[in-house]
Parts: sequence; C-alpha cells; structure tokens
Amino acid sequence: MNIIVCAKQVVDVSEIKIDKTTNKPILTGIPVKISDIDKNALESAIKIKEQHGGKITVVTVGPPTVKEKIKELLAMGADEAIIIPPPDNSDYFLVGKLLAAAIQKIKDFDIILCGEASIDLFSGQIAPRIAGELQIPQITYAHKITAEKDKFIGERNLGDEAVTIESTYPVVVSVTKEINEPRLPSLMQILASANKPIHEWNINDLFDTPPKPHIKQIAITGVSMDRKNKIYQDDIDTAIKQLVEDLAKDGVLG
Amino acid sequence: MVLVYSDNKNVFFELLHGAHDLAKHFKTPIVAATIQNTISADDLISHGADTVITITTDKTQFKVEEYATYLKQIIEKHKTQTILIGSTKNGKELASRLAALLNTGCIIDATNITITNNTLQANRIAYSGNAITTMQFTQPPYVLTIPPKYYTALKPDTSRKGEKTTFKPQEIMIPSKITEVKTLKSEGVNVEDAKIIVSCGRGFKNKADIKLIQDLADVLKGRTIGCSRPIAADLKWLSEDHWIGLSGHKVKPKLYIAVGISGQIQHIAGMRDSDIIVAVNKDPEALIFNSADYGIVGDLYEVLPKLTNAIKEKMG
Repeated sequence: MNIIVCAKQVVDVSEIKIDKTTNKPILTGIPVKISDIDKNALESAIKIKEQHGGKITVVTVGPPTVKEKIKELLAMGADEAIIIPPPDNSDYFLVGKLLAAAIQKIKDFDIILCGEASIDLFSGQIAPRIAGELQIPQITYAHKITAEKDKFIGERNLGDEAVTIESTYPVVVSVTKEINEPRLPSLMQILASANKPIHEWNINDLFDTPPKPHIKQIAITGVSMDRKNKIYQDDIDTAIKQLVEDLAKDGVLG
Repeated sequence: MVLVYSDNKNVFFELLHGAHDLAKHFKTPIVAATIQNTISADDLISHGADTVITITTDKTQFKVEEYATYLKQIIEKHKTQTILIGSTKNGKELASRLAALLNTGCIIDATNITITNNTLQANRIAYSGNAITTMQFTQPPYVLTIPPKYYTALKPDTSRKGEKTTFKPQEIMIPSKITEVKTLKSEGVNVEDAKIIVSCGRGFKNKADIKLIQDLADVLKGRTIGCSRPIAADLKWLSEDHWIGLSGHKVKPKLYIAVGISGQIQHIAGMRDSDIIVAVNKDPEALIFNSADYGIVGDLYEVLPKLTNAIKEKMG
C-alpha cells in the first residue's frame, strides 16, 4: 500500500501575541511545528503500513526551515519526504495544484492522507482540492478508518451523524484529531531517520506554466482579548463571595 | 447570478437572505440550486430565492463528488460569478472540491463580504481567533462558505413569486458509496444559543462528578452544560453537542464558567466571544486564567459546591 501524507508547518498559535502599536499578530520569531492533525494523518498511515506493508511519502509545501520539522515525521515512520518551496502569495488554489501535481509525479499511490484542517487557518480545503484535481473519491472528517486489500472504509464524523463511505483505491482521506494518538519516535528511530531521503521539488519541475494564486490576503488585524483578569488566589470562601458579587454587578446571573 | 446551496435547510434560508446585497450590487438574481425531493422550490422562493433550479437526479443523499459536478455544470452553463455555500462540514468539502473543479479560489467561513474595486473580498478568522484576515479574489468565480447563523433567515412570505426551472445533470461514475448513516449520540443540547454555559474539563476525575456541574447549571435556572475536548471526544462522558472549541461548537453566551479546564488555545477559540468568562482551576499557572475576567484558584471539588450554594442564596 503506497501512502502519501500531506503535512504543513504552522506557527504555534498558542504563542501568538498582538503588537499593541500596529494591532497585528506577531507571526515571526515564534515557534513553528507540524500542524497537529497532520501527525494524526501520519499515524493512520503508519498503522496501515504495519498492516499491509508499502511506503509512506510525506509531501509538504513549505519554506526551507520545514526540513527540520519534516525529520520528526521521518522519525515517526515516514519513509521519505518531498518539500516544495511555496511561491510568493500562495493560496489554497495554488497549494492544492502543487500537491496534486507532486502526487501525480509520484504516480504510484493508493491513499492520500491529510489532517481535517491545519490548526493555524482551519479551512480544510486541501484534501477536497487534491481529490478534485485528481478526480478521485474523498472521505473527509474521518474518525474511523479501515484499509482492506481492495477497498477503503471511512466513517465521517459530521457532529450529529456519522456517514460510512466505502471506496476503491486511490482515495483521499482527511482524518480528525480524535482518530488516534500520534506516536513519539524513540531515540533509535530519530537516529535511524537521519538517512531517510528528503527531496526538494520546485514549482518549475511540476508545471511548464506555473499557476497563479486566485486569492490574496490584503489585511490582517489582531484580535486581542481584553479581560479583567481578576483572579482570587487566597481564601476560597471569601473568593466565592466576591465572585458572586462581581457577577451580580455585571448582571450576568439572571 | 448569485448561486446558493446548502445541505442544511436553515442555513440555506439564511444564505438566501444574506445573498440579497450581493445580488443587488451585481444586478443579478438570487438562484437557489436544490436537489429533487430535498428542499422544495416553494420553500426557497418564500425565503428569498428569485429562481430555483431543481436538479433532477435520484441521488438525494449528499455525496460530494456528485454534487460538486452538478453545481459545476450549472455554474458553467450560466457563467455564474458568485457561489455561496452553507458552511456545514459537507458544505466545506463541497466548496473546496468545487473550487478545484472550477480552477478558482475559495474562502471557507467567510464573513463581512463586500465588493471593493469591482472584486469580492471577505473576512475570516485566523490563528485560532487571534486575528482576522481580509482575503480578496483576483478573479471570478468566487466560491465562499458562510457560517451557520451569520445571516438571519427572512420570515417566509408565500406570496413571493419566483421562477422554477429544472436541470438534468450529466451523472458521473464515482467508485465510492455510502454504506451506512447513523445518528451520533446527542443529548439535544444547543450550546450555540445558550445564554449561560457552565463547562467542565479534564480536572474532573470521574464521570459521576459531572453532577457537580449539573448542580451549578440547575441553580443558574437550568442553563447549558458545555465541555472541553477530552470530556466529549476522548472520554465520551458527554455527547459531542456539549463540546466547545475549534473543532467543537463556537459559543458566545453572556456568562461562561470554565471549571477544571486548562485553557488550550483550541478551547479558547470556541468561547472567546463570551461576554464574561469565569475560570476555576487548581493550577494558578493554568492558561485559562489569561482568558478569564474572574478566576478562583482552588480545587473544583471544594469550590464548585460552595459556588453553587452561594449563587443559590444570591438568587433567592
């Protein structure tokens, strides 16, 4: 079973601060990581490989710094990785095209696994876009999956109902965060992954005439959460009395 | 034309109202696309559609590969410029696949849609609610999904007149099929409309202890119980309709009380629009306190019964 996992490097959203003078979020100089749910996708891929054998290739559109983070995925159990540097002003249209073109170049694939969405922007466009580009079935928001020899079964979690879909291969699948617990690589695995290949493909390797983005970001505004931050640390009885007074005064108890 | 579709009836009606300004600006009609035997043309017209295209097919169950090609065929036939889709999970995957088929851009969960310099732009939330970005299309067609409840539906007016047409799409063969649909456990809770929410998290040691939160909810005149991800998704102590957060429900009550919740950014993203936020946690360093108006550092097993009593007394 040959599996492709799409991964994205994101800024750690919990570290974002708002610049008080410009009122914009500060996005540089903060830690980056592989988007959490992409690791769930890789964990799903590893489990399928353990069952059926095959190869796992990670594909990412990301800056040069992504290489360090991709090594974590190789240590977890991916066999090789392909990095495509993003053109300026990339949008989902362009990234979808790049990933689909890279996947077609890899040629030999049965399952394409993605996270349901990246935790920075949370659109969830990539999996359906790849499936649309390749004109193959998609199973999004899967919280349960089974890969059988001739068919793939995924249960989509729509909140109020669960829809089970059965598909032939190849198929695009996006998984939820609840599907599994991504493994932590051992020291041995980390050391062993040092020799796993990381390729860099360029947009010009994939297109004679590179596509242009269709959407541009024209503004970004920080949303700071100004709260009273009145925290009672001492005597609990006094704290409760004070809190109830506060809430009554704010008129929110009724 | 402005083409509207949703797999959810209420969201469909909301979008028909929301499409009004765009249709007026482009001087085009609001066209609703519906699948035969799902939402009726009359219902759509009475909620604001100028034209209804009923897609004649026996595929009445939502299947993204099929529905995306139906919409694509309509869009290409009518040279549609703007496509609004309800931002349910089905709607998001539909819009994204459709945008790929149309070779165009797509904005998921778009709000504040405007036309500036003759192109369409919209806002969306980014970085777990830390920022709002304004995104602008460089060219049509414009595909957007709109969050449920962003617009309000019009009161149905059965005297409204509209055009009814049908469209027989070219069907495609897709090698996948729906084999089962089951209702997920739900306690019929609607946290999105709740005025007061008391929410529990990983600080609770046992499922039975949820009663402590129930007691507090009861004195607050039976207000709604919410929870963070572990309680609904991992431990399954409460059904997912209680789940508040980035992948759960987004809420904006006037009072949100978070008990035993550490305050991961994904949880904050779901409740940050609350008017007043109260946190109870035994860890003074818990992230939740940064997002709280009021906080009590203490063991929830001691604080919660006392808080319930104190509120009971206060409210008489």
